[in-house]
Amino acid sequence: MASLSVDHLVGIKELSKEDIALIFQTADNFKSVLNRSIKKVPSLRDITIANLFFENSTRTRLSFELAEKRLSADVVNFSAASSSVKKGETLIDTVNNILAMKVDLVVMRHPNPGAAKFLSEHVDSKIVNAGDGAHEHPTQALLDAYSIREKLGDVSGKKVVIVGDISHSRVALSNIFCLQKLGAEVMVCGPTTLIPKYIHELDVKVEYDLRKALEWCDVANMLRIQLERMDVNYFPSLREYTMLFGLDKEFLNSLSKKIVVMHPGPINRGVEITSDVADSDQAIILDQVENGVAVRMAVLYLLAEKIKRED
Amino acid sequence: MGEKRILNDKELDLTVNRLCWQLIENHSDFSETVLVGLQPRGYQLAKKIQSKLMELAPVSSILLGSLDITFFRDDFRRREEPKAPNQTDISFLVEEKNVVFIDDVLYTGRSIRAGMDAINSFGRPKQIELLVLIDRRFSRELPIEPKYVGKTVDAIDTEKVVVEWDQNIDHKGQVSLIRE
Repeated sequence: MASLSVDHLVGIKELSKEDIALIFQTADNFKSVLNRSIKKVPSLRDITIANLFFENSTRTRLSFELAEKRLSADVVNFSAASSSVKKGETLIDTVNNILAMKVDLVVMRHPNPGAAKFLSEHVDSKIVNAGDGAHEHPTQALLDAYSIREKLGDVSGKKVVIVGDISHSRVALSNIFCLQKLGAEVMVCGPTTLIPKYIHELDVKVEYDLRKALEWCDVANMLRIQLERMDVNYFPSLREYTMLFGLDKEFLNSLSKKIVVMHPGPINRGVEITSDVADSDQAIILDQVENGVAVRMAVLYLLAEKIKRED
Repeated sequence: MGEKRILNDKELDLTVNRLCWQLIENHSDFSETVLVGLQPRGYQLAKKIQSKLMELAPVSSILLGSLDITFFRDDFRRREEPKAPNQTDISFLVEEKNVVFIDDVLYTGRSIRAGMDAINSFGRPKQIELLVLIDRRFSRELPIEPKYVGKTVDAIDTEKVVVEWDQNIDHKGQVSLIRE
């Protein structure tokens, strides 16, 4: 079996198509493990993983923690809110202090773009990026693509539109990289103020009319409006956003074909999608969450395999 | 590199036949017994044994599953090349069942240990028996011995026992000892 070409999962940009295929193949095996009555394997029983969350997260953190525990790793959790970061400690010092306690692998979420890459260059541990500012969120992109593959058989040749706040979204950027590497066509759709100026350089289509975008696509990934990252008002009101870029059941039913609806969560029900869309049979939102654990198990397993043993 | 034939086509067929009769002797109607082939090559053998048992014994069905032990191995991070996982397909519970593990070659016993660990995810078997086509004796690293043995082979560490099955014709195949 091949190994990953990278030592850290900093972003999708650094992964090869073969890496992604290997992660998916391994995730298939872990998915079958997760469907057993005893959902645990002993592979990582001599590995310690630190989950460092310098930014709030519920599902990503829970998903990583479950993935780690299903692999029998020892887990320590850290959140910035209750740490010495508040007392002025630098990132490298914080992490080195944790690594001094013999931690093998670090899963980190950080508000600054590039934090994971910076860390991977300065500390002696495997790093998994669980989101760095508006830059990348590689495991989310992997589980999104994995869910598309599961639902539609293949990602290659599929048309995927990412709707919403593209500028502030790490999910969007990682998804664009991942889907393109797997041979899908990608479009972004949202208010002009929330589409980055240089998006064309990524070779994606841009559409400002939601109906046209949805008529074009096979899969729509509806992103959350990230009000917490907005320093100014990018659109007049949430109500207007919902009227122009929100998806309700009536709209979904009026399309000429049945599209797959995704959402990385957390959903603002009634803003980007309504409850009846989120709960419809076209939505694979809960499959995404389920697959998240299997995909993260695969990533952790494949990276742990690269940790040298000290015999 | 040299190659020595251990079992030819005909001998292999006879051996598999004998193993089947031994299983029938101990498990009669297989109502409380399930076969579990260890992935990848043990499962190939298990499928052949299952179909032969159906010919020989007066039974309508024999449960067969495949078990992958990759995530249960004790040499994770110790190998040069990582092992690729295979599919585990066990659609029944092994709770209170007699489980027959089937593998092609028994060497150090470590795969079987991992298998015993892995099968626990599907229940607590009443007992586990081990059937192997080839037993490489004197090379065990764990206290594991098979109950049903096709052929016992003395081989040194630099030698490899290879079981090959004909893709097209059922029950045809051969077993060789390869010296590297």
